[in-house]
Amino acid sequence: MQNSEKRSTQESGNLREVAIIGIGETRIGELWDQSLRELGINAGLSAIKDAGVKGEEIEKIYIGNMSAGRLINQEHIAPMIADYAGLDDIPAVRIESGGASGGMALTEGYLSVASGLHDVVVVGGAEKMTDVGDEEAKKILSSTADWEWESVFGATFDSLYAMMARYHMFTHGTTKEQLAAVSVKNHAHGALNPNAQFQREVPLKIVMGSPIVSDPLTMFDCAPLSDGAAAVVLCPVDMADSFNKDPVAILGTGMGADHMAVHDRRELDAMKATRSAGDKALSMAGLKPEDMDFAEVHDNYTISEIMAIEDLGFFPKGDGGPATERGDTSLHNKIPINTSGGLKAKGQPVGAVGINQAVEAVLQLRGEAGDRQVEDAEYGLIHNIGGTGASAVVHVLGRWR
Amino acid sequence: MMTIPRFWREIRQRYKGVGVECGNCERVYFPPREVCPHCRRESIGKMKERELSGKGRLVTFTEIHEPMPDFKMMVPYIMAIVEMDEDVRMTGQLVDIDYDEVEQGMEVDVTIRRLGEESPSGIIYYGYKFVPVR
Ligand SMILES: [Zn+2]
Repeated sequence: MQNSEKRSTQESGNLREVAIIGIGETRIGELWDQSLRELGINAGLSAIKDAGVKGEEIEKIYIGNMSAGRLINQEHIAPMIADYAGLDDIPAVRIESGGASGGMALTEGYLSVASGLHDVVVVGGAEKMTDVGDEEAKKILSSTADWEWESVFGATFDSLYAMMARYHMFTHGTTKEQLAAVSVKNHAHGALNPNAQFQREVPLKIVMGSPIVSDPLTMFDCAPLSDGAAAVVLCPVDMADSFNKDPVAILGTGMGADHMAVHDRRELDAMKATRSAGDKALSMAGLKPEDMDFAEVHDNYTISEIMAIEDLGFFPKGDGGPATERGDTSLHNKIPINTSGGLKAKGQPVGAVGINQAVEAVLQLRGEAGDRQVEDAEYGLIHNIGGTGASAVVHVLGRWR
Repeated sequence: MMTIPRFWREIRQRYKGVGVECGNCERVYFPPREVCPHCRRESIGKMKERELSGKGRLVTFTEIHEPMPDFKMMVPYIMAIVEMDEDVRMTGQLVDIDYDEVEQGMEVDVTIRRLGEESPSGIIYYGYKFVPVR
């Protein structure tokens, strides 16, 4: 079988096993008193401290970021953050893939360690969305869709997801209540996360009655645009013992791709990029969807989570809505999805999202997730989407014994 | 919204719905592409201009209540993905219809309407929108 072949390639030494040995993140929200620079430094330094690595041991820094150039008028942010973290002699590079920037940065960091090129690498994600107004931030986010052939004609980022939602409803009978159930569940999880932007439960009635953004999506179907940063420290698993924490291994990684514009895709009720990324990551790990104890998926909209849990193989196509309504994706149930609160409640600092997801997965696998701990979590999956699904990245993480 | 050179560069596509047909497999694309994603290298140099019939059917749609800044005057407005008779899909506004009358699969025609204004210079530009076939 291909799974075991892939796995044995990694074990045989072509790729080294890679562990996450440190995590850090800032609070997420509208953090008017903190600049991108400060957010990045705070997340990075807390990850370095968590791992117990010394500055001189770090060989490379990767930072996921969507659009600092337009959001804060600053390009070339990776050396800037490294510099102010006191790591001015460590090469730092920014990775951009829209909303999947963080996850893609994690893959780059993974590859640099797995390949043997580097031993200790820091991967961060940072975004400052609220210096420009909400309207401008949404416009900038829309430029991760096809600006010239979608946005210019009046299509907002929200509207492209709304059209996928409507198509999913036509095709599978998914209901607005089922979309709302995703939001209710993620707010309930967010209420248990001290780093979440929204830490309050929101009842179904409020979600259903909130103003329409782009029909059928209401305000509570859409994740906020937030400020925040997160970071992880990577090293080969066989070096992990010399650092502070129990290592969490990156068992599989996969990227997927699709047409840039939604209208060029034949399937509007699924994301091919997610399916492909998930298949590759699980296959590399030699694991199946049912082996996962939890997953963090890219719920920038409620429909995104419904499509993701189907495309990742947790539920058959069309059952994502009913499964959510049944409670299958809630904490302590069949497959807890977005125990962190997800983008909806934990918040959406766009280029940091993929690293925020990695932080949550590590907390769960270390048994440090507090009130939202999944019992005896051994394996978890994280899933990050770029734009409206032209890129996606999935990682499978697991406890290293 | 868009720079003036960028808009004029593509005026024929935006104004008239001119796409391309792959000389290898006869698939039609809009907007024009240099390479057919299906035939890849076989298609290079064989992509020919193809004017679309302007007729199609709604695949999916939405009504936008929170618009792009440049579209505030039109709120709420309907966006749709339309499958054209040539088996190619386009995204555009659907106009001259109430939202509660819109149905998946309904037939639409392409029409030319004002798209927006080029701020801050205020130059108005035009492009395709969809209207229901009555
Ligand atoms: Zn072709």
